[in-house]
Formats: sequence, C-alpha cells, structure tokens
Amino acid sequence: MLYLAKSGHPGGSLSAVEAIVALYFHHMRHNPKDPKDPNRDRFVLSKGHAAPTLYAALAECGYFDVEELKHLRQINCMLQGHPVCTHIPGVEASTGSLGHGLSFAVGIALAGKLDKKDYRVYVMVGDGETNEGQIWEAATSASHYKLDNLTAFIDRNYLQIDGNTEDVLRLESVRDRWSSFGWHVIEVDGHDIEEIIDALLSASEQKNQPTMIILNTVKGKGVSFMENNIDFHGVPPNEMEYKLAMKELETAEKALEATL
Amino acid sequence: MTKKVMANPRDAYGETLVELGGKYPNIVVLDADLSKSTKTILFAKKYPERFFEMGIAEANMISAAAGLASCGKIPFASTFAVFATGRVYDQIRIDVAYSEANVKIFATHGGISVGKDGASHQMIEDLTLMRVLPNMTVLAPSDATQTRRLVELMATTKGPMYARIGRANSPVLYTKDDVKDIEIGKGMITKDGSDVSIISCGTMVDQAVDAQEQLAGEGVSARVVDMHTIKPLDEKLVLKCAKQTSAIVTVEEHSVIGGLGGAVSEVLAEHCSCIPFKRIGVQDMFCESGEPDELFDKYGLSTAHIMKTVKKLLK
Repeated sequence: MLYLAKSGHPGGSLSAVEAIVALYFHHMRHNPKDPKDPNRDRFVLSKGHAAPTLYAALAECGYFDVEELKHLRQINCMLQGHPVCTHIPGVEASTGSLGHGLSFAVGIALAGKLDKKDYRVYVMVGDGETNEGQIWEAATSASHYKLDNLTAFIDRNYLQIDGNTEDVLRLESVRDRWSSFGWHVIEVDGHDIEEIIDALLSASEQKNQPTMIILNTVKGKGVSFMENNIDFHGVPPNEMEYKLAMKELETAEKALEATL
Repeated sequence: MTKKVMANPRDAYGETLVELGGKYPNIVVLDADLSKSTKTILFAKKYPERFFEMGIAEANMISAAAGLASCGKIPFASTFAVFATGRVYDQIRIDVAYSEANVKIFATHGGISVGKDGASHQMIEDLTLMRVLPNMTVLAPSDATQTRRLVELMATTKGPMYARIGRANSPVLYTKDDVKDIEIGKGMITKDGSDVSIISCGTMVDQAVDAQEQLAGEGVSARVVDMHTIKPLDEKLVLKCAKQTSAIVTVEEHSVIGGLGGAVSEVLAEHCSCIPFKRIGVQDMFCESGEPDELFDKYGLSTAHIMKTVKKLLK
C-alpha cells in the first residue's frame, strides 16, 4: 500500500498490527455488513497515521473491497492519508491531528453509559501522541466518569519523529502516569496476539475504571531494516526496500503457516 | 424614546435547552466549568444524566461532543466564545467540521461587551474562525426572542453549527411571532428604508435600530437588516440591499476582518456592486477593560458612530 502510495507511515503502522488484528478478528463485536449498527463495539485510531493497518483490517473484514488498498492516498479515491469517518465504511472517527481520539472515544463511552448499551469502545494512541495535553484532559474525564466500557492501547514503540520518546519529552513511567490518572493498567507484549486478547478480556471485566493496555512494541516490526528505525516513520520503502520487505514478510508468513 | 424591555439571551438559551430537552431525548449538553454563566446549569438541573461537566478542558469537551454525536446524540457544547473557538480550533476543524458531526457549539460572552474582563476575554475573531471552516453554519442571534428560535432550529437542523451571543442583558427586539418563520441562512429586514442599508448581527442590531430611528429624524431613511446567519450568508438579500439602497454599512461586535463585514464585502466585490460601503466593527486591534458603552464609544461601535459613518457615506 505504502509503496504504491509513495508516501505514508510504515513504522507506526507495523507496530500497531497485532492489536488491530486482535480487535477486528478476535475480540470486537462488529458487522461489516452493518457498519452503523448502534450496538457495535467501536475502535478509534487516535494515532491516525497508522491508517494503512486500519484500512487493511477493515478491507479484510469486508467493509470495502481489498482492491481499494492499492489506491491509498490517490486522487479521486476513497482511502485518505489519514482516516475520515464521513466516507470510509468502518472508520469511526476522523483522526490524524494527534490527541483527539481518546476524547472522541470518551464521548462514545458516555453515550453508551447514557443509553445503557453494552457496546465497548477501543482506542489506540501513540506513545509520542501522549505529549499532547488533550490526552490528559481525556484521561481525567474517562476516570472521572468511571468509563469501564472504554479500553485504550498505547503503542509503546519508544520512537517519535524527532527521536527516542525519552529524549524528545520523557514519558516514563507510562504505567505510573496512567494509574495515577485513575486507570487500570495492563502491560503486554504488543506483538503477541494471545497476550493482547487476554488483556482485552481482563479489561472487559474491570468495573468503574477505564483500562489502558500498554503495548510494548517495535516500530517497523516485521521488516528487519525498518525495525526501530526512525527513518521509516513517515517515509515509504523504495523499490528495492519494498521487494526486500515483501520477501521477509512472505518468509515469515510461510514459517507461521508451517506451525499451524 | 420609550424605555426598552430588556432580557438576557443567555437565559433564553438555557431555558430553551430545558424545553428542547423535554421534546428531544437525544439532546445532551456539555460545559467547561462555566455552566452558571452560560446558563446550561438550567438543563443540568432538569436533566442531570444528560449534562456532562467537562471541567476546564475545552479541547476534550469538543472532541467528546463529536463522539457523542457519532452515537446519535445532539450535543450542545457551551463556554465563553473565546474558549469555544480559538482555543479549540483544531478540535472543531477535524472532529466537528471535517467529520460533519451534528455538534452545536453555543458560545456566550462574545464580543467586547464582556467589558471589564479585558481583551483576553473579548472574543472578536470567532465569526471569522468559524466562517472559514467548511460545513460550518455560523449564527449570531440579536435578542432573547431570536435566540430562542435559533436554538430550536439548531437542534432540529443537522450539521456542525456555531452560535455566539453576548454577556449582557439586551433589548428585546422581536415578538415570538416576528421570529416564528425565520430560517437559518435568511436575513431579516428589521426596519425597512430606502437610502442606506445597515446590515448587522448580534448585539449590534439594537444599535443599528437606534441609529435608524435617529437618522429618520434627520431625514435619512435607513434599512436595518438583522443578518443572524453569517454563514451561509443570505447573498440575495445583500444584493437586494445593493440594488434598492444607495449605500451599505455592516455593523458587528467583532473584528472588521473576516466576519459579517468580510462576508458582505466578498459578495459585493464579486458582483461588481460599486456601492459606497463601510464595515463597522473593531479595527485590527485588541481592546481593553471598561464598561460596554465606554468600549463601544471608544472603539467605534456606538450609535453615534454608526450615524456618522452613514452620513459620510451618503454625502
């Protein structure tokens, strides 16, 4: 997708894959044939630059034709560089300007409580994204309103555009910060789908407080030369890199199939 | 001059929310620690489960309002105009306007008549900021009666909307009957006249009516247009004024850049209406603390200033 688009954000898209797969293929109650079902679980991708991962999941689920993925970021095509809720089936919130999505999810969770519906709300924020003050406004309101129907992920890949998160604007201790804001915090290997599913189940049972699942991840996961390489935050692979990346991913796919 | 009957548009807003709350169970209200001033407290008392106190965290309020709207709610989010727009421009831009969310941002304390709090609290750029956003409807009701009707229309008309009223009590200009047929996007001719059109909005409509009355005594026939909708602008009415009267002035409690005056001048310029024209409003500057009347006088928004401008234009 990114190679064809000749732009986009590979690093943060790859670190978010397993959590999004766990949500859409194992955990969330959703129906691609009825994307506006009022009882659906919702997912808000607050780190909107990981749009390619969200789009791929939505297409695989059947929200729209997988062919669309080839036209990411192209004129007269549906898939915008960052998610937009008005005309992409399955996209809940327009994101891309960092810091908004958690608040948007708070709004959905408040509506769910008000309507006494049992749907759940999921949201993914980037670790660098939590530099934004609005995240902490939302964090405060989520615990104030005891939004136990809200589960957030933080994609803890330690990298943002200007470097390591701890050098740019220190985030540690991420766990202590969220618990002091009144959140139930779980920490998992963000590339282990089973661990993520277990954490999601445990979050669903939590009462009177929202849950933050810290996903310990590797930016650019799955492609050797992209892993932990900040140069691939917002730059797509060139032809040679694309071929190499696909080869690595295909080898990994075959290895995975062999274990099944 | 007969003594004017006064009413506070903020009370009108709060009371209308309560009425609408009974009619429409989907209406929810959010505020950012100013519910006593914006009068959303009236709704909070009647429908506590549908009122969300968001604290002094306006960005979160706007984005959460959009989340509520995505679940079929009709959120009214309120705070002072200065915090309801500039402070949360990006949240309004993405979560409300770009997302075509059915969010109603209702701001009080717009303009310089906030008075003594000074320039930090005198919002004179909000109409411009909101007008430039695609999909956004921008309203500036002029009195308590019109406020009631426009709040009803906001609730029943889909789409992102911004409305601003002032802080102070203001003269009642209309009866319920006068406003029963008003439409968003259609200006009202409050007083008709043939020499000059005074196109105004919000708190300044009253000053325009005063100017109209005093000008009549001096033999000048002025038409007062209440342009309660800044966007979409009633272009037809503007062009009708250009055709039927010999000059146009706009009056707003706002910067002369980009608000009502800006919108009207765009229409006039693009339709080659070479009509004598002047924008009255705050010039490109911040104002200061003072009584509303003192501020209107010093910054060129008084009735006397409107009259002077009109007479100069008609020479």
